[in-house]
Amino acid sequence: MSQAMMRVTVQRYRPEQDDAPFMQEFEVPYADDMSVIDALHYIKDNLDGTLSYRWSCRMAICGSCGYMVNGVPKLGCKTFLRDYLNTGLTVESLANFPIERDLVSDIGDFVEKLEEVKPYIIRQDAVSVQDGEHLQTPAQLTRYRQYSLCINCGLCYAACPQYGLNNEFMGPAALTLLHRYNQDSRDQGRDERIDIVNAEEGVWGCTFVGYCSEVCPKGVDPAAAIQQGKVESSKDFVMSKLRPRRSS
Amino acid sequence: MSKHSKQYQRADEPIFWGLFGAGGVVAAFATPALILITGLLVPLGVLQLDYASVNAFASNWFGKLILIAVIAFPMWHACHRIYHAMHDLKVDVARGFFKVFWYGMAFVVTIAAGAYLIAI
Ligand code: SF4
Ligand code: FES
Repeated sequence: MSQAMMRVTVQRYRPEQDDAPFMQEFEVPYADDMSVIDALHYIKDNLDGTLSYRWSCRMAICGSCGYMVNGVPKLGCKTFLRDYLNTGLTVESLANFPIERDLVSDIGDFVEKLEEVKPYIIRQDAVSVQDGEHLQTPAQLTRYRQYSLCINCGLCYAACPQYGLNNEFMGPAALTLLHRYNQDSRDQGRDERIDIVNAEEGVWGCTFVGYCSEVCPKGVDPAAAIQQGKVESSKDFVMSKLRPRRSS
Repeated sequence: MSKHSKQYQRADEPIFWGLFGAGGVVAAFATPALILITGLLVPLGVLQLDYASVNAFASNWFGKLILIAVIAFPMWHACHRIYHAMHDLKVDVARGFFKVFWYGMAFVVTIAAGAYLIAI
């Protein structure tokens, strides 16, 4: 029995020898359960060992394997060859990020933005371990749980036209992460984060295109978090007019 | 580290976003019906609207409030959308001028409509 093959087109770019990225075609053995990552592994192991791409967990939790698959931001481990039998399959590095090498994009800016929003619980009144755990009701958990499921894959940045136009914009995942901590009943750091929310680079850089939520592989719905952030920022705007701003 | 010294400026978007949102609601519910009535059904003679009853509607405060709402809010909505669409289309020249121009247009229409309604 002869093995069915499928053609996979992969973006290549080796900065030390290529002036610009180009596309290279490979024939890989096809199986129904083969993911894009599996195809890339096959290429690297059998056809061209110089191919570079990021991956780790192979189970949609590490967030390393974001690529453009036929122009749509996807996780390579959660995307299967069987869904591209009729269309063909083209894999490129994530849109809106510089290319480092082949399918590896430079996500430094994204990571900096995630750090910038102070993504950790901030307390004004220090509590000691002896005080016990912070209790939370199911309702309090529901306020942020969905937003805490982000795996930092960056697909939403590749999808966001506003980030593509101007990468000063904090972007979907960072604003969602910020909102996640502001919504957490254990957190008291809202005042330290609100300046980012209120800025043009914050929630106001978003025009609610909504493609970020469409491509998110974890159902985080960053667009919803940002719209809630707009409501928060609007409230803060009104309050700042009624009451002199705290000194910070 | 130096990243954290970045200064963020409060955007004035909440005002315009509020008007944009209000306009969106009005535009979704009332504008299509209004276009159908005033733009199609009346000119085609399917529907009769006589001057006296429209005038009576615009003469009491309830009618005036409804009219200013269906005129002004969608105007703010449209101007906000066009202003942002310019950026989407990479027309980023003279942002300040166009901001004044588009929001100014919505403002002028609002004031003019208000003045006309009060005068009725
Ligand atoms: S919000 Fe979704 S698409 Fe964006 S980084 Fe998180 S998991 Fe990925
Ligand atoms: S390899 Fe970890 S998310 Fe795909």
